[in-house]
Amino acid sequence: MADKTHVDAVTGTATTGHVWDGIRELNTPLPRWWLWLFYITIVWAVGYWIVYPAWPLVTAFTTGTFGWASRSAVVTDLNELKTLRAPMTTKLAATALADIKSDQALADFAYAQGRSAFRENCGPCHGAGGGGAKGYPNLNDNDWLWGGTLEQIRQTIEFGVRSGHAKAHESQMPAFGRDGMLKSDEIVTVANYVRAIANLATRRGTDLAAGKKLYADNCAVCHGAEGKGNKELGAPDLTDGIWLFGSDEASIIEVITNSRGGVMPAWAGRLDPETIKALAYYVHTLGGGEK
Amino acid sequence: MAEVNAPTLLALAEDAEVGRAGLKVVANPPPLDPADEEWADDTPLYEARRKIYPQRVHGTYRRIKWAVLFVTLGIYYLTPFLRWDRGPNAPGQAVLIDLPNRRFYFFFIEIWPQEIYYLTGLLIIAAMTLFLMNALAGRVWCGYLCPQTVWTDLFQTIERWCEGDRREHLRRDREGWTLERVGRAGAKHFLWLMVAWWTGGAWVLYFADAPTLVRDLATFHAPIIAYVWIGILTVTTYALAGFMREQVCLYMCPWPRIQAALTDEHALNVTYRYDRGEPRGSLKKSTALRAQALPSGDCIECLQCVHVCPTGVDIRQGPNLGCIQCGLCIDACDAVMEKIGRPTRLIAYDTDLGIKDRQEGQPTVYRFVRMRTALYAAIIVLVGGMMTFTLATRDAQGVSVIHDRNPVFVRLSDGALRNGYTVRIANKRPERREFTLSLSGLSGSLLDVVQTRDDGRFVVEVGPDQTREVRVLVTEYTDFLPASTPVTFHLYDARSGERASASDYFRAPEGG
Ligand code: SF4
Ligand code: SF4
Repeated sequence: MADKTHVDAVTGTATTGHVWDGIRELNTPLPRWWLWLFYITIVWAVGYWIVYPAWPLVTAFTTGTFGWASRSAVVTDLNELKTLRAPMTTKLAATALADIKSDQALADFAYAQGRSAFRENCGPCHGAGGGGAKGYPNLNDNDWLWGGTLEQIRQTIEFGVRSGHAKAHESQMPAFGRDGMLKSDEIVTVANYVRAIANLATRRGTDLAAGKKLYADNCAVCHGAEGKGNKELGAPDLTDGIWLFGSDEASIIEVITNSRGGVMPAWAGRLDPETIKALAYYVHTLGGGEK
Repeated sequence: MAEVNAPTLLALAEDAEVGRAGLKVVANPPPLDPADEEWADDTPLYEARRKIYPQRVHGTYRRIKWAVLFVTLGIYYLTPFLRWDRGPNAPGQAVLIDLPNRRFYFFFIEIWPQEIYYLTGLLIIAAMTLFLMNALAGRVWCGYLCPQTVWTDLFQTIERWCEGDRREHLRRDREGWTLERVGRAGAKHFLWLMVAWWTGGAWVLYFADAPTLVRDLATFHAPIIAYVWIGILTVTTYALAGFMREQVCLYMCPWPRIQAALTDEHALNVTYRYDRGEPRGSLKKSTALRAQALPSGDCIECLQCVHVCPTGVDIRQGPNLGCIQCGLCIDACDAVMEKIGRPTRLIAYDTDLGIKDRQEGQPTVYRFVRMRTALYAAIIVLVGGMMTFTLATRDAQGVSVIHDRNPVFVRLSDGALRNGYTVRIANKRPERREFTLSLSGLSGSLLDVVQTRDDGRFVVEVGPDQTREVRVLVTEYTDFLPASTPVTFHLYDARSGERASASDYFRAPEGG
C-alpha cells in the first residue's frame, strides 16, 4: 500500500492519504512551471545577497557588489531635491526679504520651505505652529521682544538670543532679590504695581505710589517709564496682556527676585541663508509680523 | 462502485449522473474499508503543462469574438491618439493620465486627486457589471472581454497562420525540428513580439502626449521609464498570451474562483445538453440504433468540441472550472450537427434546470429577472446616477479650511483674540482666476489674508488648474465669546459670479 494512493470516487482525483473524519484531501498536482518559479525566486534571493548588503558579520556586514547603501541613497535623493529646487532657491537668495511677498510663486515657495524648516528646527521650543509655551515666546501674537519686522526676525534667527554668538541679542535683567538690590516687601510692592499698569488686580493694601517710585528707580531704565518695553534691549512690554513667564503675582515676584532670560541658539552656520530667509518669511506670516 | 457521504455530495452526485454511472449515495456511510476502495499509483505533486492546439472554428460565437476582439483592441491601441480641445493651458489628449501633475483627463471630465472617490464609484460599477454578467450568462467576461482571453486569441490566430491549424501543427511538432519548422516558429515569435511590443507601446501613450511620445520614442529621446514600461509589458504580453494562456485562468486568476461562488442555477452557461446527447456513440452506431427505434443520442464522439477549446476542456463532462465560456465548442458542434443533419445547439447556452425541465417534459423557462439581477442592475443605475449627478453639478472652484492647532487661538497685546487658518483654494479651470475671500459668522471681526497684495481687498490669485494655500487670520474684538463660534469662509469669483464656501469654528478660551 505504500506506493498506492486512494482515489476520490467523485472527481477521480488521487488523494494525499490524509483523512479527517472521513474527509480526504485531494491531490491536485501543481503545474510544473510553478515549481520552476519557486526555484527562480531562490536563485534571485542568492543573487540579491551577492549584489546588495545582506549578511551581518561580527563587526561589519557584507556590502554587496553594487555598493548600494541606504545612507548614500539618502544623500543622492537629497541632492536631487536640491537640484530640483535650485531655480527657486537661487531666486530666493537674490530677492530682498521685503520683496518676497510680491512674487506669488516665490512667496509660496518660501512659505512652504519655512514651514517645514520651522517644524524641524524651531518646533521643539516654540511648538509646531509657533504657539510657544511658558518661557518660549508665542510667535503668533503681535508682541515681540526683539522686534517683529522681517529684518528683525531674520536677525534673531541668525544670531539667536544670549547664544554666545558675537552678534546675538544680549541683555540681562538683574536679579533684584537674589542680589539684594530690593527687599522682599519692595519686590511685592513693585510686582503689584506692574500688575496695576497691566490692568490686573492688585493685592489689597498695596502702596501703589511706592510701587511707582520703585518702578521708576529700578525698572523704567529698560522697560520704559510707562512700561511699554524696549525692543533694543529685549525688554518686554509690561502693559499688554502677553506674559512670557506668567502674569500672576507669584510669577512676577519670582522674575524680579531671580531674573529670567531665555536662550535661543544662533542658526547662522547651521541652516543655509536661504532657509533662514524662508524661516523669517514664514514666522512673519504666522500672524504677528510687523511692517 | 464507490460510496459517497450524503448529504454533502448529494448535489454533486446529481450533477455527476452524466457519464459517471455507478455512483451510489448512502445516507450513513460505513467506516472506510481500504480493501473496498480504489487505489492509484503514487501521483506526483507536480505535472507538466499539456500543450493545447486549439482548432480553428467558424460560427456565430466565433464571429462575436472577432468583433469584440477588433473593438476592444482598437479602443486600446487607438484611444491615446484621440484629441480633445481643452484650451491653451490644458493637454489636448482625450484620455490622459497625467501623473506628474496629478490629473486624469477623460474627454470632458477632469479628475483631481481629491476626487479619486469617482474611482470607487467606477470600481463598484465594474464589480456589479461583472456580477450581473455572471448572473445572466456565466463567465461572459472571461470568454469574450478579458484582456488575457483577447490577447491569447490573437496570439493563437497568429500561431495558426504561421504553424498551421491543429492537425498540421501537431504533425510538425511530432516531426521534430526541421528547417521549415524553425522558420515558421521564428516567424510566429517575431510576430508575437511585435504585437507584445506594440501593446507595451500603447500603454505608455496613456501617460503622456501620444504623438510627441511616439516621436520621442522613435528618436530615442523619450524618458527612460517609458522604455522600461514598454519592456515590461512586452515581456508580460509575450509570456502570458504566448505561453501561459489557459494556465493564467486555471492557476493565477482569482476571478474564476469568485465566479464559481457567485453563479447560480439560473445563470446561462455553455452546457452540453446531455438530455439530447446521450447515449453517445459513433455516427454509424447511432444511425443503426435509430433505425431500430432504440434510444440514441446526438453526440457522435467526434471530439470537435474538445479540439477547438482554448483551455482543453471537455464540456460534455458538465460544468468545469477550466471552461471560460467562450462558446467556441458551440460553433464546432453546430458545424457537426449540420453535417450529420441533426438539429444544432447540442452544446448551447443553457442551464441544468432547463435540461431537467425538458427531461420531465416541461417547457424551459429562463429567468433573467431575478432578485439578484434586479439588485445588481439597481446598484449600477444608482451609483452611475450618483456619479453623473455629482460630475454634472460639481464646482469649478473649491475652498477648504484647516484651523491652526498650535496655538488654537492667540491673545493679542491689545486683548483681541485671533485664530489662524490655512485656507486652500482650488481653481479647476484652465485659466488664472481671482477669488475674493470673505468671512461670515462673527460680527466685528477682522480678516487678514497673509500673502495677498496689500490693497485691502482679500483677492487671491490662483493659477490655471491649480490650488493655492493662503494663511488667513481672523481677529475678533468682542469680549465674552463662546468657546467655539461657527464661521464660514466664502470664495467669490467676481468675473464669473461663482461661489464656494467652507465652514469652521472660531475658538476662544473657555469662559470668555
Ligand atoms: S479566468 Fe481570469 S484570465 Fe481567464 S478569462 Fe477569466 S478573467 Fe480572464
Ligand atoms: S468548453 Fe467550450 S465554452 Fe468552455 S472554454 Fe472550451 S470551447 Fe470555450
